[in-house]
This record gives sequence, structure tokens and C-alpha cells, in this order.
Amino acid sequence: MEFFKIRRDIPFMRNALVFNVISFVTFLAAVFFLFSRGLHLSVEFTGGTLMEVSYSQPADLNKIRSTVDGLGISDVQVQNFGTAQDVLIRMPVQKGTTSSQQSEKVLTALKAADASATMRRTEFVGPQVGDELAADGLKALAFVVVGIMIYLAIRFEWKFAVAAIIANLHDVIIILGFFAFFQWEFSLPVLAAVLAVLGYSVNESVVIFDRIRENFRRYRKMNTEQIIDNAITSTISRTIITHGSTQLMVLSMLIFGGATLHYFALALTIGILFGIYSSVFVAASISMWLGIQREDLVKGGPKKDLDPNDPNAGAAV
Amino acid sequence: MNRYPVWKYAIILVALVVSGLYALPNLFGEAPAVQVSTAKSSVKVDAATLAKVEQALKSAGLTPDAVALDGASVKARFADTDTQLKAKDAVQKAINPDSADPSYIVALNLLSRSPAWLTSLRASPMYLGLDLRGGVHFMLQVDMQAALTKRAESLSGDIRTILREKNVRHSGIARNGQAIEIRFRGAATAQAAQRIIQDQFTDLDAVSAADGQDVKLVATIKQVSGKTIQDQALKQNITTLHNRINELGVAEPVIQQQGLDRIVVQLPGVQDTAKAKDILGRTATLEVRLVDEGSEARAAETGTGPVPFGSERYLDREGIPVIVKKQVILTGENLTDAQPGFDGQTQEPTVNLSLDAKGARIFRDVTRENINKRMAILLFEKGKGEVVTAPVIRAEIGGGRVQISGRMTTVEAADTALLLRAGSLAAPMEIIEERTIGPSLGAENIAKGFLSVTWGFVAVAIFMCGYYMLFGVISSLALAFNLLLLVAVLSMLQATLTLPGMAAMALVLGMAIDANVLINERVREELRNGASPQAAIHAGYDRAWATIIDSNVTTLIAGLALLAFGSGPVRGFAVVHCLGILTSMFSGVFFSRGLVNLWYGRQKKLKTVSIGTVWRPDSGTEVTTP
Repeated sequence: MEFFKIRRDIPFMRNALVFNVISFVTFLAAVFFLFSRGLHLSVEFTGGTLMEVSYSQPADLNKIRSTVDGLGISDVQVQNFGTAQDVLIRMPVQKGTTSSQQSEKVLTALKAADASATMRRTEFVGPQVGDELAADGLKALAFVVVGIMIYLAIRFEWKFAVAAIIANLHDVIIILGFFAFFQWEFSLPVLAAVLAVLGYSVNESVVIFDRIRENFRRYRKMNTEQIIDNAITSTISRTIITHGSTQLMVLSMLIFGGATLHYFALALTIGILFGIYSSVFVAASISMWLGIQREDLVKGGPKKDLDPNDPNAGAAV
Repeated sequence: MNRYPVWKYAIILVALVVSGLYALPNLFGEAPAVQVSTAKSSVKVDAATLAKVEQALKSAGLTPDAVALDGASVKARFADTDTQLKAKDAVQKAINPDSADPSYIVALNLLSRSPAWLTSLRASPMYLGLDLRGGVHFMLQVDMQAALTKRAESLSGDIRTILREKNVRHSGIARNGQAIEIRFRGAATAQAAQRIIQDQFTDLDAVSAADGQDVKLVATIKQVSGKTIQDQALKQNITTLHNRINELGVAEPVIQQQGLDRIVVQLPGVQDTAKAKDILGRTATLEVRLVDEGSEARAAETGTGPVPFGSERYLDREGIPVIVKKQVILTGENLTDAQPGFDGQTQEPTVNLSLDAKGARIFRDVTRENINKRMAILLFEKGKGEVVTAPVIRAEIGGGRVQISGRMTTVEAADTALLLRAGSLAAPMEIIEERTIGPSLGAENIAKGFLSVTWGFVAVAIFMCGYYMLFGVISSLALAFNLLLLVAVLSMLQATLTLPGMAAMALVLGMAIDANVLINERVREELRNGASPQAAIHAGYDRAWATIIDSNVTTLIAGLALLAFGSGPVRGFAVVHCLGILTSMFSGVFFSRGLVNLWYGRQKKLKTVSIGTVWRPDSGTEVTTP
């Protein structure tokens, strides 16, 4: 089997400007939604009480909502969790009562309404823990950005480092934009997924950069645009197959992982889709706009990439 | 060109065998077990306890699958729950003769079913987190300011005593927050006091300041000492929590420090949050009382008479009765520290106690009036008292520093000090996070995580085999090996596997295939450009390697950031993510090349490679390989 029978290099860079404008608009839209709607943060970040209640019959969410509202607790969210019988109730911190008092009060009321209600789990998270989680998340993000930039600047060139990071943040902001637009719950696993996408998406850009560097050494007559087009074209099959495989895994998580992994898998799915796009149209074109040239990468003759002592390089003859 | 030296194959073989061995325990599942642990801080579980349990099972006619001493508990594994319940009753009866005052806790538990020879290799299954196994999770915040204030309070009492001893007149000592303020009428006395404080209290920094007509000395705890105090407070709280949780008989409690002032307590398998909270919050109390040495009391001690009025009978650690007066002289609240040490003159092991100001005053008065009498230190746990030690008072003891010595070994001194310390919390704690996860949800989560990994793996493997033929089969084998390695490493490290961890496993498998896709595509490309099969394989692996390194290092950077800054579920994800990247480099490149070399490397005149279609744009024809 062979999916990709490409005769000539695809002129990706000729249309780079158009795609960059599209990217920029999507990016702006994501930022707009992030600010206008904000993220729907889970109790892990905001602090509060979370109850999981199970019923023997499919639960009537409206009835549960009004029961809980009747107790004088405001801003309560009730939703199905995984199945129709399981319900997740989320309540903000209430002054004067502890979390367990609050959940017990709610459970008693629910039991009065439907005797089959059983508590499956309660969680209480203090808001101070939430603040710290958000701060740690930002620290992790900063660490990733700086770490990757330093590594790429050393291994490649600062222009590539800048391009890769912009492409990367583009992906991350767009995932966040999706979560803000649809008001999907942003929980800790989702944060983990977003940060994993950072590593994953840069992985993508690096493969293309690597090929660009190689092409600069090999094809001395091509100009930068042709070199980039050739690099993207010759790696496109790998890009799509790798993303396809990863997507298969994530898809299986989305289907079989249940409610707990739902948004995690969703964040990864968006990340993978935009990862392909951004490494081709954002990372490569930004490095082109930054004016990447042969001299940047081929300093003082071809650099030896391979370590002769490398145990994984295979036997040399 | 494509041959591995023997030692490389040896490495692969060793890695296969070792990872197979250590991944194996995960297949056996769990068996019902009975766990015996100590119910009192003064009772230890050791080889003798193991023998007792074995004896008890033998006499009841029950044969366990395995009995072993594991840390601070004895665990016996059984074939079914029926035997387990019978065994629990038998052991309970044999080991706790007095059911009203049990020395051991006999609890039901689940243990890995893996055979003894695997256990002896220290191979155990992956440690499942609370979300997969069910249980309760608490995060406790230790009030460090309170610990420092408590220390400052006791230090201010010590200063008062010292100054009185040295005849330095002051016009008042007060504690203001964590600072101790001492007023003096003249600068000379203030200077004298400052010298004394600098000599005697290395923890304090004393600064003098004018205060109207008086001179004021402000003593504050040094930053370094403050850190030590906080460290000790946290350690003491953890010790105390350990002692309390042992009462619950939880199989593998996790009690660990998180950050500078937090303690995480995880009790897998416990479902009763209220009980757990009750025990975490309970304080063991320490009391100092005088021993009743009247003739009636002596008769009661030997068991020939009733306990006199106003006294009570307690047992010491050897089980010898001691009659002590009901009147309490001091409680654990007045005890600030207990450390084992040595007597400077006799070189005997000692236990050194530090009392706060109030305690020191009372202690001095009591010891002055009761020289040559005995004094008992009692520890109350779960409402039951026990005499920890009952030394004879040799002299009046002032200054709040008490030394208990005589007929003690070093180990006994250390144990006693620990008991005295463990009795109380060094600083108050507050539960700031609490989670309960039901066991059914845990089982469901395992099943879901397992399903997503399985189906994802199957889908990728089918695609790879169909698209890349033999190279796809090899890639799939490498992916399977990666999974095996990852499970083995996780089992070896006993890192906690959580649901996000399982998600990371699935994601890492998806990403690990990238290395093989890169290699396979590269080999095809080389073939397309007209390279000979052997050269194409060689160049494919060589050229792809640099790309694989770069892309994996950047992914690893992201993983490390998550590991460093993440907490809870994020960290669980990051551990598996990082380990998975490392194992995938080994399996995806080193291992898969080994297989390719084994298959193709020995053929001198290799004409075709089974890597699917290699399509050539120039001729327009397809070169289909078998």
C-alpha cells in the first residue's frame, strides 16, 4: 500500500500568506473567546464540593437541580456522568458549612426525593489548592517554552526556535479557545493534555526542520522556498501516518475511556489536528518569514550529525 | 552492514527477560489476605509475631499460600475469601488473648497472587492509585506559624528561668507573635542578658533597642533554626499520623510530605471517611503522675490487695503493674521535645525531655518535694493508658530539661523518646482536600483504561502490518515490547499508576510508533531513490535517528516540566509520559533494528525488502515487494 504518490513538490509556501492570515484570524478568535467567555474551570481550580450520585433509574436532572436549588445553594451544576444513572453535582464553597455537611445535606434531600440515590464519591477541594494548581500550570508552561526554545536554538537556529514556539502556542491557544467557546470543563487532566500537546506539536515541527536542514546541505541550487516545499512534501507521508496512529490511540480513549477521559481525549484530538496544520503552515512559514537561509544551518561545512560511538546507529562498515 | 554484534543481542535478550519477569506479577491479580499489624506504638511486629501467626494458622488447620513479614506487618495470603475469614478469626483469637485490649490489629486485605519466587525477586505488580483502586485521600496543611509560636512560647519560658538563675533582673518578658521581648532598666543588664541569650540559646537572635527610658531586647528565632523547627514539626506530625493510621489497619497507607508544609495521606481500600478523619484528628495524650508508694499500693502491685483510693493501676511495657496516683502533674502539652541521648558522666543512654515554662515550674516544685520517689510517664491511646517509663527522682530538676536515665539500652532510649514525641502533634493540622473514590468506580476505571490501551494498540498494529508489511510487523513487535518495558519499569519503581497515567500510556504508544514510521518512511524513500536494500535499511535507521532524538528530547522537556510543576493527576500523567518516551527510544530504534538485522542482515544478496509499496515517480511504475 502507498497512500502518497506525489510527483512534484507541493508548493506549500506559495500560499503561506493566505494560511497565515487564516491562522491569525483563528488565533484571534480563540483569544477573544478566552477573554469574553473564559474557561469553565473544574472544582480542582475553583474549589468547592463535587458529588457523584448514582440512581437505579435514569436520573431526572431537572428534578435534581430543583431539589438542590431548594436547599438554598446557588450556582449548582448538575450533569450526567458517563451514564444516564450517574449524576455529577458540583457546588461552590459555602460559607459556614463544611464540605461534608453540605454533601450530606444534599444527599439527604436527594434520598427524600428518590430513595435509590446513593453516593459514589465526594470530593472537596479548597480554593487555595486551586490557585496553586493554576500557578503551577503556568510555571510548567513557561518551563516548556523556555526549555524547548533553548534546545532548538542550540540544535538548530534561533529562527527555528522562535517559529516552533509560535506554532506551538498557536496550537495551545486554539485548544483553549475551543474549551472556552464550547464551555467544556477544563480540569487537571485537560491541563496535562494541553501541555502534552506542546511537546507533541513541537515534535512535528522538529521533523520538518530536520529535513529542511538536511535539504540545505544536499540541494545547493534550490532557494529557501523550494527547500521548505521539498522538506514538507517528503515528510508529509510520515506526518500523516504518525498523526493517524496517534489519533487512533486517542480515538480509542475517546470511545472506551469513559467520562473521566473524555475531555482529555478531546483536547488531544484538537491538538493533533492543529499540530499537523501548524507545523506545516505556521512553523515552516514563520521560519521562512524570519529569513532562514543556508548559511544559518550549514556553518563551516556539513556538520557531522551522527555520533560514531552511538550504540543505536548500527554497525558501520 | 546490517549486523549487530553479539553483545547488542545480549542486551536485548536481557532486557526482554528482565522486563518480562517484572511485568509478570501484574497478570496474577489479587488474592484475599490477612494482615497483622501493631495496635500500640509499644508493640512491635517482628519474626516472633510471624511465628505466632504461622502457629495459629497451623493449629486451626488452615494452610495459607504464603506468609511473610513485610515491613511493619505480617501478611498471609489465602486461596479464597472463605479461608481468609476463618484465618482472620483464628489469628485474632491466638494473637490477642485479651479482646478488650488488643495488641495487634488483624485486618482483611488483598495481596498480589504472584508466586513466592517472583516476590523474592522483589517483583510486584504496579502500584495502583486511588482512582483505580478506591479509597480516601486527604491533604493536610500544617500550621507552621503555630509551630513557631509554640516554640517561641517555650523559649520565652526558658529565658525567664535562665535569667533568674544567673541573677539578671529584668522588668518583664513578653511574647509578641514569634518575637520575645525582654525589658530592662539599664543598658548594662540588657547587655549581660544579651550575652547569656547568645551563649545559651543558639536558636535565637537578640537585638537591643531603646524603649522609652528602658532598654528592650527583642529575641527572634533565627531563619535557619526556624527551618529546622518547621522540618521537625512536619516529621513529628508524619510520625504521629503513622501511629494513628496503623490503628486503621490499612494495607499500604501513603503518608508523605508534599511541599514545605503539607502532608498527603492516602488510604487505599478505606471507604469510611468519617472513621478515617476521626482517627487522623485524634491526639494521643501523655501524662506525668506520681507513683503511689504506700504499703497498700505495694500490696496492690503484687496483686495481694485492692488498688487504694485515689490511685489507679496501669501496666508498663513489660506488663508489670504500676500503681499511680490519679492526680495529673503534667500533660503532653507541656512537653516540647524528647530526644535520646547520653549522660555526660556515666555514659548511660538517656531520654532528654524539654518542658515549656509552665511545665518546668511545676516540675521543679514536684521534684523538690518528692526526691527518691518514683514518677510515671503514661501514654493514653484510644482511652487506654500505659506506663512508658517510671524513673526514680534523684534530685530537684529546674530549667525544664529533664533527663531520664538508668537501666536503658540505646534502643530503648530511642523508642521511649519516639513514643513521647509521637504522642502529640507538633503543630495543628487542617484537612484542606478530601476525596473518596468507590471501589466499583476504580474497577470501572481500570477496565476503561485497559480497553482504550488495548483497542488503540490493536488498531495501530493492524494498520502498521497492512501498510508496511514485514517492517510493520517488526514495528508492532517493538511497540508491544515498549508496552512490556513500560509496565515493567512502572512495577519496578512502584510508581503509582492512576487513570491519567493509563491515558499517558495510550498516548505514549501512539507517539512511540512515530519513531518506526519515521524509519520505515525513510527506508522507503531510500529505496525510491534507487539505493540497494541493505544500504536503504542502513541509511533509513541512521538518518531517522537524528530526527527521533530531536523530537523525543523536545517531548521529554514538556514531560519533565509536568513532572516538576504538576501535582496530583498531572504528575501521574507525567511519570508515565516521561518513562514511555525513554522506553520507546530503546524499543523503537534499538530493538526494532535488532529484529531487522536478524532477519535481513545475514543475507548477502538481498534483492527485495518487505516494506510495502515503493512507488517511483519517474518510471510511473510500482515496485511491489512481497
